[in-house]
Amino acid sequence: MNIPNTILAMLVGILLTLVSLWYGQNHGLLPVAASDEAAQVDGLFNTMMTVATGLFIIVQGTLVIAAIRFRKRKGDNTDGPPVHGNVPLEILWTALPAVVVAWISIYSFEVYNAMGGFDPMAAGDSHAAHMSASSKMRGAAIAAPLPAADAENPPASAPSPNNLIAVGVGASPANRGQNADVSVNVTGLQYAWIFNYPDSNVSSGELHLPAGKEAQLNISAMDVLHAIWIPELRLKQDAIPGRTVELRFTPRRVGEYPLRCAELCGSYHGSMATKLIVQTPEDYASWLQSQQVASNPSLEKAVAVNPGNLSDSDFLAPYTTEMGMNPETLHQIHHTHH
Amino acid sequence: MTQAELQATANTPTHSPEPGQRKWWEYFTFNTDHKVIGIQYLVTGFFFYLIGGVLASAMRTELATPAPDFVTPELYNGIMTLHGTIMIFMWIIPAGAGFANFLIPLMIGARDMAFPRLNAVAFWIVPPAGILLLTSFFVKPPEAGWTSYPPLSETASKAGEFIWILSVLLFGTASILGAINFLITILKMRIPSMGFNQMPLFCWAMLATSGLILIGTPVLAGALILLAFDIVAGTAFFNPTGGGDPIVYQHMFWFYSHPAVYIMVLPFFGVASEVIPVHSRKPIFGYRAIAYSSLAISFLGLIVWAHHMFTSGTPAWLRMFFMIATMVIAVPTGIKVFSWLATMWGGKIRLNSTMLFAMGFISTFVVGGLTGVMVASVPFDLHVHDTYFVVAHLHYVLFGGSVFGIYAAIYHWFPKMTGRMLNEPWGIVHFVLTYVGFNLTFLPMHELGLLGMPRRVAMYDPQFAHINLICTIGSYLLAVSTIPFLVNAIWSWVAGPKAGDNPWQALTLEWMTTSPPAIENFEILPVLDIGPYDYGMGDRSTEVDVPFSEAKEPVLSAGPSSVLRADPDPSVAVNPSDRQPEE
Ligand code: HEM
Ligand SMILES: [Cu+2]
Ligand SMILES: [Cu+2]
Repeated sequence: MNIPNTILAMLVGILLTLVSLWYGQNHGLLPVAASDEAAQVDGLFNTMMTVATGLFIIVQGTLVIAAIRFRKRKGDNTDGPPVHGNVPLEILWTALPAVVVAWISIYSFEVYNAMGGFDPMAAGDSHAAHMSASSKMRGAAIAAPLPAADAENPPASAPSPNNLIAVGVGASPANRGQNADVSVNVTGLQYAWIFNYPDSNVSSGELHLPAGKEAQLNISAMDVLHAIWIPELRLKQDAIPGRTVELRFTPRRVGEYPLRCAELCGSYHGSMATKLIVQTPEDYASWLQSQQVASNPSLEKAVAVNPGNLSDSDFLAPYTTEMGMNPETLHQIHHTHH
Repeated sequence: MTQAELQATANTPTHSPEPGQRKWWEYFTFNTDHKVIGIQYLVTGFFFYLIGGVLASAMRTELATPAPDFVTPELYNGIMTLHGTIMIFMWIIPAGAGFANFLIPLMIGARDMAFPRLNAVAFWIVPPAGILLLTSFFVKPPEAGWTSYPPLSETASKAGEFIWILSVLLFGTASILGAINFLITILKMRIPSMGFNQMPLFCWAMLATSGLILIGTPVLAGALILLAFDIVAGTAFFNPTGGGDPIVYQHMFWFYSHPAVYIMVLPFFGVASEVIPVHSRKPIFGYRAIAYSSLAISFLGLIVWAHHMFTSGTPAWLRMFFMIATMVIAVPTGIKVFSWLATMWGGKIRLNSTMLFAMGFISTFVVGGLTGVMVASVPFDLHVHDTYFVVAHLHYVLFGGSVFGIYAAIYHWFPKMTGRMLNEPWGIVHFVLTYVGFNLTFLPMHELGLLGMPRRVAMYDPQFAHINLICTIGSYLLAVSTIPFLVNAIWSWVAGPKAGDNPWQALTLEWMTTSPPAIENFEILPVLDIGPYDYGMGDRSTEVDVPFSEAKEPVLSAGPSSVLRADPDPSVAVNPSDRQPEE
């Protein structure tokens, strides 16, 4: 064939672009997106994936072509051409990545803003209102293994452990300045999450939220660092003992999604998982009501799920069966170890 | 005459009559010869690599099935912590120090390092520290990961954690002592004819690395000492129960540990810049860009640490700052990768084990770099932080980058170090097994993380079982891949064919002396007759078979129509005699 080099290069370039664009949109690597913000993060990922695919093919392709085309032939002991550099080419491959990362940075910035990352309420400005709400956390008071932390009656001299705030993701620009529709106090402790609905005095081991309503989680931890991660929402936030972090988002899609701990918190970190259950507002309301009826007074309810009172294996049983192992296995593990 | 012969002729007077063979037992002594110390580092490091590898296989065996059925979750965390710590502090960093020790004085024409005794002290801290770390298995190994975040690190297995701190402090000390030595040696002990811009690129890389070590390590030491006080003395620097702040620890830790990833990979950027021109028979493409980009990476590396803390409650504007700073690192890194590719392009590539590992290094490191830009993006990192996506990313950088680089370096400099050649076919088998095993183990982990599997878990949701099984099979292949290398290295060291001074016809000064180099390297100061990468410009008519212009294959021509050439540039002219000095 006698195709001139430039045309060949152009064809290759077009093909490369098409392949990258196609793969960036169709990689199918992500789980479903259950919120609008999650869909935006996916858009960002797809863009990065497109660029990455292109660069990946260029680099691997160059390596393979070089290995085939420029391999040393038998008997040829001469050197290659003494090319030391090429300033325009070097400027090109400095400027091009610079432009690409600048573009990705701006894109990321915008997605982050749309998610509510710059909400001053969550971004570190004082907001005492939230704080007082979270220091009333019931689960916290009961399960606290911290010697000094009796959150309901903090000693006058010591600051309440939940006085400090850390920065999470706040309200998206449209909802800024308003209170979220649902507010939940989340406490992480070895090895479970407790979700407390302060408006209705309900505590639960699973997170129920109404679809289409903005939710606000006030996240804290009792003992060590944990992190709440809901893959389908593309959201993660560390739970930090002594601090409260706010995370706001709007789940859209009704369904059950895993909610896992993502920060190493001890031996059973891997089993610290529960569910986010996104319900229609009606289902959510009736769930909340049933909980209120069933669990009054909520204090006892919280005690009942307080993992501190359970033996390790009792506490882990529901998680382990979910993971396909039976309590006996677990028992053995504990025995062999102690 | 070829370039290598030119360089060798010019250095005939420096050449000692006898290679400097050492007795085997000298390697077990407090010896101040930088070559002995270099080999001590490498062999010790490799020994710990095997241990770290056994621990990795244990983890992958555990993770072959969703239930924690092979080891207890507690023990898993211990193994995981020790695996990470060993790989970083006892394998990659010592291996970098090993090559630096062996190569720097030879490359710059010095007889030893600036402070030989300090150098030996630095090495002899490493084995005790490593053994100390392993003894934590007898109490209860540290369980808080190599990052040791409080409060967990202050409550789980305190004794093990304390041992971990002591041992990492010792490594840090060794690393600082080594870095001082590298820095002074490179700055002060070059032969007079070697300006900074004639320095081999490995030396540039070690300059950048040493700076990072000196700035970062003291901060890590500070953090660990405070952590130790929290554990043994009940202070509350990082313990929220007593009013301390666990986030401060994270800042201090990452202030060292992000630069640490460059400490681990920059030396092997240097290795790639040495190895690729030699085996492509072409000058390094864009010497200065590669040299200065090492410095740029090292500087930028110091101001990106909080990208590990996007979910730790870091203020929004700081997140943006660290995101952008991190992304910027992609630019100097890209310069290097493209320059290596351009060096190969149009060369006469010898596809031997060294070159294959160097190409494997580019191929896998690039994946780590691309996912690195992804995790730098705050909104996306909120999803994948602390998941298997990060495990994949970090192994593409540390294994695909550093370990492939180490192997390239071993295959390249083994003849110089031992005076004997490694077996080529077994080297290629080793490469193929490693490359396939590596990708089989770590590529699928990206998908695990995206789907929802957190890292540092001993048990996981059964939905991830299939992908995990693939990873485990890959890791067994990786384990097996080490065997041909080990056998090859041991056998060749004892009975391999003699290498001669310069088996690769390379131009850097270490090849101008005997193999292994004489005790004090050179009889008299060597000279740089031609630059370290001036391939392909000796005798124009016979040795360099490059048409000045070629209509059909402009790529292969050296003349103005080459796609790789700018306008004729006096500083890079084809023949040394045509060159005019710049400035
Ligand atoms: C020999 C092949 C290797 C295999 C199969 C392997 C496998 C693993 C596995 C399964 C984990 C645990 C992930 C988790 O639970 O979060 C891990 C963690 C890690 N690995 Fe490797 N690895 C290998 C080589 C290396 C190398 C060469 C390095 C070089 C520095 C390295 C550095 C690390 C680090 C830093 C961690 C994190 C430990 C932590 O989270 O504290 N690994 N590896
Ligand atoms: Cu956890
Ligand atoms: Cu980093």
